[in-house]
Amino acid sequence: MANADCIVIQGSNMAECHPVGYQWVAEAKARGAKVIHVDPRFTRTSAVSDKHIPIRAGSDVVLLGALINYVISNDLWFKEYVGAYTNAATLVHDDYRDAEDLGGLFSGFDAGKGAYDTSSWGYAERGEGAIDEPGPGSEHGADATARAAGHSYGSGGPPLEHAEVQRDDSLQDPRTVFQIVKRHYARYTAEMVQDMCGISVADFEYLVRAITDNSGRDRTTCFAYAVGWTQHSLGAQFIRAAAILQLLLGNMGRPGGGIMALRGHASIQGSTDIPTLFNLLPGYLPMPSAGRHDSLDEYLATIGSKQQKGYWANADAYTISLLKAWWGEAANADNDWAYDYLPRLTGAHGTYETVMGMLDDEVEGYFLLGQNPAVGSAHGRMQRLAMAHLKWMVVRDLNLIESATWWKDGPEIESGELRTEDIETEVFFLPAATHVEKAGSFTQTQRLLQWRHKAVAPPGECQSELQFFFELGQRIREKLADSDDERDRPLLDLTWDYPTDKHGDPDPEAVLAEINGRHLDGPDAGAPLSAYTELRADGSTAAGCWIYTGVYADGVNHAANRKPGQEQGPAASEWGWAWPANRRILYNRASADPAGKPWSERKKYIWWDQDQGKWIGDDVPDFPVDRAPGSHPDPSVGGPEALSGDDPFIMQADGKGWLFAPKGLLDGPLPTHYEAQESPVANALYPQQQSPARLVFPRADNPSAPSAGTKGADIYPYVFTTYRLTEHHTAGGMSRWLPYLSELQPEMFCEVSPELATERGLEPYGWATIISPRSAIEAKVLVTDRMVPLKVGGHTVHQIGLPYHWGVGNNAVVSGDAANDLLGVTLDPNVQIQESKVASCDIRPGRRPRGEELLALVAEYRERAGVTMETGNAAVTNPSAEGVDPTLED
Amino acid sequence: MVQSICPYCAVGCGQRVYVKDEKVVQIEGDPDSPISRGRLCPKGSASEQLVNSPGRQTKVLYRAPRSTEWERLDLGTAVEMIADRFIETRRRTWQQNDSEGRLLRRTMGIASLGGATLDNEENYLIKKLFTAAGAVQVENQARI
Repeated sequence: MANADCIVIQGSNMAECHPVGYQWVAEAKARGAKVIHVDPRFTRTSAVSDKHIPIRAGSDVVLLGALINYVISNDLWFKEYVGAYTNAATLVHDDYRDAEDLGGLFSGFDAGKGAYDTSSWGYAERGEGAIDEPGPGSEHGADATARAAGHSYGSGGPPLEHAEVQRDDSLQDPRTVFQIVKRHYARYTAEMVQDMCGISVADFEYLVRAITDNSGRDRTTCFAYAVGWTQHSLGAQFIRAAAILQLLLGNMGRPGGGIMALRGHASIQGSTDIPTLFNLLPGYLPMPSAGRHDSLDEYLATIGSKQQKGYWANADAYTISLLKAWWGEAANADNDWAYDYLPRLTGAHGTYETVMGMLDDEVEGYFLLGQNPAVGSAHGRMQRLAMAHLKWMVVRDLNLIESATWWKDGPEIESGELRTEDIETEVFFLPAATHVEKAGSFTQTQRLLQWRHKAVAPPGECQSELQFFFELGQRIREKLADSDDERDRPLLDLTWDYPTDKHGDPDPEAVLAEINGRHLDGPDAGAPLSAYTELRADGSTAAGCWIYTGVYADGVNHAANRKPGQEQGPAASEWGWAWPANRRILYNRASADPAGKPWSERKKYIWWDQDQGKWIGDDVPDFPVDRAPGSHPDPSVGGPEALSGDDPFIMQADGKGWLFAPKGLLDGPLPTHYEAQESPVANALYPQQQSPARLVFPRADNPSAPSAGTKGADIYPYVFTTYRLTEHHTAGGMSRWLPYLSELQPEMFCEVSPELATERGLEPYGWATIISPRSAIEAKVLVTDRMVPLKVGGHTVHQIGLPYHWGVGNNAVVSGDAANDLLGVTLDPNVQIQESKVASCDIRPGRRPRGEELLALVAEYRERAGVTMETGNAAVTNPSAEGVDPTLED
Repeated sequence: MVQSICPYCAVGCGQRVYVKDEKVVQIEGDPDSPISRGRLCPKGSASEQLVNSPGRQTKVLYRAPRSTEWERLDLGTAVEMIADRFIETRRRTWQQNDSEGRLLRRTMGIASLGGATLDNEENYLIKKLFTAAGAVQVENQARI
């Protein structure tokens, strides 16, 4: 980011939440870069930006779409970059119909399932067909949603049958991606931005000028976002919209460009790469699903085709190496490498479905590992009530968090919904080790693995997760040792023999070595692998996470590399290790022009050296190192060998950056504005109010507020958004027990504008009660002109800011009502993330009632608003307003 | 002094952990880090207190069904009891096949949440063990 000429921070309060990372924004600004903060609230980031542009929460696609439209219609796009490196010239199949044609729906919407059949969005094939997914063909969106398939594109794009696409390099054919994108965003104008986002035309022009003036050969613009973009019912599309804009402006794969995901936990990137997630195996391989991946052949056929371009064509090598790492000798060619040892998915098994499974008494046991869902997950009340249905739970944490004590001091004990003496749940609290009491690696937000050395032993009975799970595994295996039940084979055949120290603590470097992988036979048998390109599908290699292969090359722990930054160049390649292959900027071949020359001296990074016949530069080239810029191999050869010299996006099935996504997205191939599940504003762009493919849960315990245009919307007239503070960390488990941090931010508050305070009679520093259809909470009132009422569609929209760090319990240094109790559960269909950055509420002065009266207040609001289980949950807002979808005619 | 990394957000600031007599006495920013150049935010600066906070729990606690209070349990007993419950729940809730006879090989009776604050090596063992046991409902903050 330090190399950027313009930085747009949107969906993030970076200076507050990533303050030390923000020094690089400050550095860019000191060198003359323009920094613009687009956010519902004026925050610490706004204070140190060139400009703050207030936006209505949830309207980001309107703004981003208008930027795309402006760039295209004013001919400001980077022609050589777009023509060569994106799919702009690729033809889409004739059956495709845009949201413009169908009142806000794309072709293929199945109203019965509330999901798309995405097959009509495919690229046109020679002849009449469309280029499908490999394997049995296009997966219905309802099924792909259920396995949160979008998440498996964390290290590259969705697979295609082959990459023999049809192109029109003049970009004039109406079926080209470029023309489709142009038409799709034609009505996303500055005036629409004014009407829907509450942003003036002058502010829009300032933003678009800053971005376009700072993009091109000599200059680059960077976007940064955080959960302000992800936590929406169409969150993945917010980021896609930014990706389209950045591709059009040629800002991907270049220094000072890109879209920075600012993640919020020390190793949340690592826990996605090596996923403690239901839908993934290590390295973004999907968990197998019954019916789609019943055999290894079926599985491999669907995750990558040998006929597509790039490195995902070798997914068989990554998969079989993982199975060898886990099951060693028991994984062999005769049993398909123990593929059937893997359990199968049959639907969405994400954390919110799991909580509903607890309420249905399907889940008996629950482990909480450094996470506090009673405070930190959406719909806290549902979380806590669900835990009361468990037979047993294990909480492993540093402190007695609310998720460990809800049975004695949670809000439902106070409200009378639960009685401690009636709760059957057994609770084990096991104290955990802190980051300095164990060695291991974190993967930070830019994919950099950094090793921590152990400073001291953990106190008392505190243990690392490594030791706890190693010992739990040992005990389970001992207890099952004599079992001849076939179901126990995966546990008994598991490679689980890590060297330990004298306290029984396993050696984390041995685990890292297994993740990295090794040769299993041949002259190098036993030696660590150096790169994922060495992985083989014949059982001769093992690797626990293919994208991390190389971190332990030559038997050296490269995550522990610590050459001081001041002794290195800007890429600092000898500090830690970045996946893949220690590359610091992904897709960096795009930093050079199609002929392999840097786009400009100023933005020089990786280039083709004709004399040496290879790519060289300031980073590890993210490209086959000897593939000449002008090479055009036959695409039918497939795999890395099929990549042309101008296919910089080597993990994409066609080597190109996708403006239009023919596969992979489940709620539309192009980002389209829909209102949030709850919104006081009607969608001015389409008759369709909410994203038709969003995941709704019509249940009595998950009511939604009525949206604009329906009865009762005025009962919950205000928008609230949740956020973090510098001095606390998410649900507070690592901050509200620390006296220093508790003193700095002692209590829950709400931010309101002076206008809203007047409208509702709120006293500064007094109490307010905030009411949603799920719950009501109280907070101290902070009246501030940092909150600006916005004029939207002729009405005033008031927004309320709520930090979410506090929870109700007796053990922390500071406690308070939890903002997440106000939220319901509505999810993005691609990744199953909840919408928690925008919802509807009312606010009034005074503290909330206690006991049963609290429940009565919430119920009384619901009654007045006429909330039922159907409210807000229709997939299609107004079926008669949609056009005719030709794909549904037969 | 050992080199470490801040445990809060994902910027990954370098830390220097100072130890005296087997106790952490101070945690400071690591000036060698090309990411943070010696700086820490209020949370990172307070992380010595994360280690030494007086409210930190260092003993195993157990709450029996219907009980109103915690009781003490030694670690070995707790791990033994958890292993028993794990095996019992797994047995009781096992699903070998679906209604069409397709392999499932799993339990929907055991779930887990957490990992974003943990090490890669820890997440690896958690995912490996749970997957081998057939427990698919493994999740963390990345979903949230």
